[in-house]
Amino acid sequence: MANVLELQNVRKAFGSEVVLNNLSLQVPEHTATVLIGASGSGKSTLLRCINLLETIDDGQIFLDGQEITDPSIKVDDVRRKLGMVFQSFNLFPHKTVLENITLAPVKVQDKSEDEAYEIATKLLSRFDLADKADQYPDRLSGGQQQRVAIIRSLAVNPRLLLLDEITSALDPVLVNEVLSIVRDLKLDGMTMVLATHEMGFATQVADEVCFLESGNILERGSAEQVLKNPTDPKTQEFLKRVHQAGRL
Amino acid sequence: MSERNHSAWSPSSRELQRRALRRKLSRKQALIAAVSSILVLGTLTTILVTSPGWEVVKATFFDIQYGKEVFPTVLKGLWINLQLTFFGGVAIGIIAMGLALMRTTKSPALTPFRFLATAYVDIFRGAPLILIILLVGFGVPALRLQGVSSNVIVLGTIAVVLTYSAYVAEVIRSGILSIHPSQRAAARSLGLTSGQTMRFVVLPQALRRVVPPLLNDFVSLLKDTGLVSILGVTDAVRAAQINASRTFNYTPYVVAAILFLLITIPMTRYTDRAIRHRTQAQNSEGAI
Repeated sequence: MANVLELQNVRKAFGSEVVLNNLSLQVPEHTATVLIGASGSGKSTLLRCINLLETIDDGQIFLDGQEITDPSIKVDDVRRKLGMVFQSFNLFPHKTVLENITLAPVKVQDKSEDEAYEIATKLLSRFDLADKADQYPDRLSGGQQQRVAIIRSLAVNPRLLLLDEITSALDPVLVNEVLSIVRDLKLDGMTMVLATHEMGFATQVADEVCFLESGNILERGSAEQVLKNPTDPKTQEFLKRVHQAGRL
Repeated sequence: MSERNHSAWSPSSRELQRRALRRKLSRKQALIAAVSSILVLGTLTTILVTSPGWEVVKATFFDIQYGKEVFPTVLKGLWINLQLTFFGGVAIGIIAMGLALMRTTKSPALTPFRFLATAYVDIFRGAPLILIILLVGFGVPALRLQGVSSNVIVLGTIAVVLTYSAYVAEVIRSGILSIHPSQRAAARSLGLTSGQTMRFVVLPQALRRVVPPLLNDFVSLLKDTGLVSILGVTDAVRAAQINASRTFNYTPYVVAAILFLLITIPMTRYTDRAIRHRTQAQNSEGAI
């Protein structure tokens, strides 16, 4: 299987603080890679570097074999192929649910209003949000908002979906409705990179789990391997703490 | 992260290549910027200098010798404008804040004040400043009230303050209304009273948000103080006018304009920079 995303020896520092240190990662098509690790281990920064929201200091990032860290590449073209969902939803509060979803298909992909509308309503009814189409985001629950945010990023049919702790701002009941969407997408064959603290969920969707520590991948492998039988003492320590917090 | 990682790293050849490419791209952009600037500014200058009346305009508007001669008088007039702006600005700030708070209050006891504030804003925002200056400047002395100054500078300042507090009040009010209700909810749920919520949570955010439009109004204020010259105040505009009508040379107007710009442009730049710094400090996402 071809790699959709490949990172080679990526380095990112903010001043003297090295956030990503010589990190390499391959994400084959139709697979889900789950990033776990303590806060500050570099998960979010990694996703932001892939999305070119941050400029890396060294190394290379390839999307479908094309180097996207080349300075002369058109950043907007790269981002068109990527979907990103944020922890804090980031829906546009001045637009209705439907307008949030159709904005990019119409303005970026030059689709007709009707076409975009059709895509949006199809996605909304698939994920049980058809009755919310004309609501404004502030009127929705957190779980509904995050589902809309996921649909918004899906509407442009991305090559790769980046999910940055998408359930961290939600209560356990709402977490489930959001995660079930991700499970559905996994079944659809969407290629994804997720940062999450939901270990149970990681076990369900991950083809590969990567444990990040101090800006590098300390341990990687199947969910079974990394989450149930970690070999590195730091991974064991992290999972023990997660377990104590009742999140495993 | 560890110091070891930091010191051990040296850029790979690919990164060096990339840096070179970035430098090349930014050089290219600088070149494009330079060429486009020269083209545009050059064309404008050529149009100006080759226009048929240029020689006459140069003699009557840009007479450097005469400009130097009138400079001290105009500068002395500008001092009046600056004083007016300063004292007026302070008064405007206080009155406008009061008006904005009165208009946004929901307290039933303050209802009449809310109406009065609304009426005040409607009237002074709606009437031309020059009319207010004339009405106050000539109307108030005619009342012959005891203890009310008939000094034209004071009356002019009052007229400007009346009008500008209405403008500024509306800017501040729009800032207050733009703060998301969740902020108020969070503050009230901590037990803060509605007054405390306004003072410690809503206003600090609102004022920060309206700094750019307020600066706009401040620059306008400085310029509009020139209007009090119609009452006979010898400010920069008036000083220039007196000299210009004596010699039929309009260079004093240009001198006055340049003096105003010397104050307003640095002020705008400084505020822009201050706003940018604060935005960056509050926002970890940075520029995209």
